[in-house]
Amino acid sequence: MTDPIVSVRKLVKRYASGFEALKGVDLDIAEGEILALLGPNGAGKTTLISAICGITTPTEGTITAGGHDTVRDFRAARALIGLVPQEINLEPFEPVASTVAFSRGLFGKPRDPKLIARILDSLSLGDKATARVRELSGGMKRRVLIAKALSHEPRVLFLDEPTAGVDVELRRGMWEIVADLKRQGVTIILTTHYIEEAEAIADRIAVIDGGRILLVEDKAALMARMGQKVLHVALTARLETVPEMLSAYDLSLSEDGYSLIYTYDTRATRTGVVRLLAAIDAAGLQVADVTTRESSLEEIFVGLTRHEPEGDVA
Amino acid sequence: MNLAAIRAIYAFEMQRFFRTLAQSVVSPVLSTSLYFVVFGAAIGSRIETVEGIPYGAFIVPGLIMLTVLTQATSNASFGIYFPKFIGTIDEILSAPLSFIEITIGYVGAAATKALFIGLIILATAFFFVDLTILHPVWMLVFLILTCVSFALLGFIIGIWADNFEKLQLVPLLVITPLVFLGGSFYSISMLPPAWQTVTLFNPVVYLVSGFRWSFFGEADVAIGLSVAMILLFLTLCLGTIWWIFRTGWKLRK
Repeated sequence: MTDPIVSVRKLVKRYASGFEALKGVDLDIAEGEILALLGPNGAGKTTLISAICGITTPTEGTITAGGHDTVRDFRAARALIGLVPQEINLEPFEPVASTVAFSRGLFGKPRDPKLIARILDSLSLGDKATARVRELSGGMKRRVLIAKALSHEPRVLFLDEPTAGVDVELRRGMWEIVADLKRQGVTIILTTHYIEEAEAIADRIAVIDGGRILLVEDKAALMARMGQKVLHVALTARLETVPEMLSAYDLSLSEDGYSLIYTYDTRATRTGVVRLLAAIDAAGLQVADVTTRESSLEEIFVGLTRHEPEGDVA
Repeated sequence: MNLAAIRAIYAFEMQRFFRTLAQSVVSPVLSTSLYFVVFGAAIGSRIETVEGIPYGAFIVPGLIMLTVLTQATSNASFGIYFPKFIGTIDEILSAPLSFIEITIGYVGAAATKALFIGLIILATAFFFVDLTILHPVWMLVFLILTCVSFALLGFIIGIWADNFEKLQLVPLLVITPLVFLGGSFYSISMLPPAWQTVTLFNPVVYLVSGFRWSFFGEADVAIGLSVAMILLFLTLCLGTIWWIFRTGWKLRK
């Protein structure tokens, strides 16, 4: 990767209690990409983001943003970064436009009401500029948080669980906003525990669990590399057990006994599908239908986080 | 130095003050008027003079100090506690700001509010008593230094507090007794000698004494000592805040 916009090296976060939320995280984020940080609750997603954004002080390790160290050169580093927090943290009595303008001021930028109006418009909040925050719906409040994070024109935007507790329609709206920002050249890092979300919008996926990054990979490559396919062979007659003749194959029988299920690895040079079908034919079974299904990211993810992450994947 | 950020925080805090101007101003003015009626008129008519000053006028500096200390402390503590409480503090912590800008913004606004209220009470006092201010410039210097010092203290309390009870605790249990025992309503020389010594450990004594000197040219302790003690207190608060932001105590996880 040439010159990552954000670079995390050997990041450790240890709390006074001795608990290690991050156990040596290395991560590079390329400019212009959408990286999904995927992991179950308590995996260390928010801690990682908080450390990059300056809310949490790292115990060990270094972080740079745009080449600036986030501790030593925090002004230059933070100027590049916008953060949309997971919790809806907003002053309830503030008008929308003024809370967004406040955020811009905090980042040392001169006032720019036109820009604020444009940001609000792009988030469909244009008609809410003078409304007070507490009058808004949950989805609107979340968009106000995005507007605040964008107010100082950051090059990198962190979205911490942007769609947690948001209904399906709003979630799709959020994905469109993210895609739009990417088109404008903003680098986006979002945390999520919805695999569907990572699958839908990310360019790359990092899986984090137990304070460790288990893998970082191109989404398509990850799906191809880790992907498994499931072959369903529907039969015309019901079976009680898998026939002796087919015991060489790792087959299972569906509950109704009408189909054989074969899981194979798409990476393997020989998937064994053709030989299996021939063997089924030789066993005298009548095949009614054949279907294959690709494993989703969810299955990959569950497979990764279920095992102890002791260096089996880097 | 991120001047735009200081301006943003300061303006934001002042907006809150002006939004609730009536209750911000009416309540201290009302309670001070009551003090004038009770201490100045009712009790004061039996006391006549303290150190050659009519009692009604004598208590004016102490009353202003009482309100200014309470206002500076509570404004500053609430100002920083509220973002902590609702979580907007994260935005401030992730902005390109050092503790200097954050402190100037919040403490500056709290001190301004306290100063504003102090001056309103001074103006109110003129309705009740005959008052001449001997050293008006020094009076302002003492008032501003007091506003800033106690806003700094309030700022520390706001960071330290993790619930609303704690936020009220220090002003109630520490500031109010210190002010009442700090010679606001009497001269230190009226106390038995042993208590006079004890009182000298009360920082408010130096504030009230110096402030009263700027009005009447009369002081319980030397004026230089008063200024030195205020500056010492100010430095202690600044040092504490510097340490807080360096370590992230109660702010950063």
